[in-house]
Amino acid sequence: MSKDSITLTDKEKKTGNSSANKSTKAWEVVKISRHPNRPVFKDYIELIFDNFIEFHGDRCYADDPAISGGFAEIDGKKIMLIGHYKGKNTTENIERNFGMAKPEGYRKALRLMRLAERFNVPIVTLIDTPGAFPGIEAEERGQAESIAKNITEMAKIEVPIISLVIGEGGSGGALGIGVGDKILMLSNSIYSVISPEGCASILWRDSKYAADAAEALNITADALIKIGVIDEIIKEPPEGAHNDYKKTAENVKKALLKNLKVLNKMSEGKLLKHRSEKYSNIGKYSLK
Amino acid sequence: MGWFGQKNKLKQDVNVKPLWVNCKNCKSHIYESEWIENLYVCPNCNYHGNIPSQKRIKLLFDKGSYKEMFSGIGPVDTLNFVDLKGSYKDKFEANKKKTGFSEAVITGRGKVNGISIVAAVMDFRFLGGSLGSATGEKILRATNYAYEKNIPLIIFSESGGARMQEGVLSLMQMAKTCNGIAKLNKKNIPYISVLANPTTGGVTASYAMMGDINIAEPFSVIGFAGRRVIEQTIGEKLPDDFQTAEYLLKHGFVDSIVNRKDMKNYLSNVLSFYNR
Repeated sequence: MSKDSITLTDKEKKTGNSSANKSTKAWEVVKISRHPNRPVFKDYIELIFDNFIEFHGDRCYADDPAISGGFAEIDGKKIMLIGHYKGKNTTENIERNFGMAKPEGYRKALRLMRLAERFNVPIVTLIDTPGAFPGIEAEERGQAESIAKNITEMAKIEVPIISLVIGEGGSGGALGIGVGDKILMLSNSIYSVISPEGCASILWRDSKYAADAAEALNITADALIKIGVIDEIIKEPPEGAHNDYKKTAENVKKALLKNLKVLNKMSEGKLLKHRSEKYSNIGKYSLK
Repeated sequence: MGWFGQKNKLKQDVNVKPLWVNCKNCKSHIYESEWIENLYVCPNCNYHGNIPSQKRIKLLFDKGSYKEMFSGIGPVDTLNFVDLKGSYKDKFEANKKKTGFSEAVITGRGKVNGISIVAAVMDFRFLGGSLGSATGEKILRATNYAYEKNIPLIIFSESGGARMQEGVLSLMQMAKTCNGIAKLNKKNIPYISVLANPTTGGVTASYAMMGDINIAEPFSVIGFAGRRVIEQTIGEKLPDDFQTAEYLLKHGFVDSIVNRKDMKNYLSNVLSFYNR
């Protein structure tokens, strides 16, 4: 036995059996959440919503195709629908920038949230992004500022907000439209502070440990409901939403209607107080 | 092998303290005493190095006016996070020992040229100044204190971003801290954000960019995505000034770049216009 393999065994002991290219339970969920046939924003519009009136542009710079939004109806009830728009094929994905929004996308989303407030209709956001776009133009136009502003302003929006993770909840790019009164997740979606690959390349010094990072980061719906970050898990058909669009949509619709009903009963003041308390209470700390 | 071991041992015994500081920008050698006396700023090129949070606090507040708050709040390893180097718990315990404080931010109140304020001062030495649940809690409490007492809030950011070892709990601290800022906005209580080197990721994308006034220290790296990530995405090298304080000023995201030695007077001057 070589000296190297002995070191590796020691390492494995210390890290709870980390090893490159090995799969984990969380990693299997990551794969489903990124499945090429997984239903995206467009599919939910067709399957759940009626009378979608899309609005474009942030009134500052451009219209970002990576985030779509507008008025829509669900079971006759009027809402504002906003979501990351991933494509289904290469052409669509290039057009939609793989659902990676730029500042103009977040600013459009905020514009539409304020419009919803003006019209007094509740907001539903569908989250599905690998992350906010990491590019020169995004930084130049204030990627950080646009996300920060959305997060801050969403604390003040005086209509109910439901945020539903339908695929990938990629860090700040997800949170930029994700500060809801209720956070729901499809059972095979993920929500993470950093991509498992990114985390692995920093803390494991190799992105091949992404499966271990995925497990350690607690990014699945099952893990997140246990630590109190999300409110509800929407069950997907066996082996994932891509196997049965209709059933998935049915479950999503039911969950949205149920939560809209609950939130619509709350007064404005109570709604904002509840939202503020919800986020103030996330995360444990020690007290000396 | 034995010989190398010997050499290392010798070095430890002598316990040599470095006399020089290498400026990260102009590479010149500066006497450590001169470096410290000059507030950790290079006398040749004005590069602003990291200043320990305690010294920043001393520099900001009027003598004898400062009182630390919420110092007992510390991190918890909620996820039992273990990576290649070991557990998060071991990591933050080691950082506590190394730095002498329990989180990546120090919070307190006091007077700045006679004006009462609350401050949160981040420190990069504690886990890269990362934003975890306890960090967020301290910032929120400082913000709530400003809200209750009707006094301005100043946050000095110095952070690599959200703390990976607490997963989405860290991400949610962005919403938690901004919730506090939103309350200040509604009550018209000023919040000044000072961005030091570096301020990146989830900290930039939350409270650090939400100042009514955003101030940067010279040479600070300020951005959302990491430089390497962007270079990988676009497949080309980025310009040298990308994501610097000067770059942000040019693009309209900070109000001014202020030298450390002028910071106190600048802040009190701005706050002297607060007329409520």
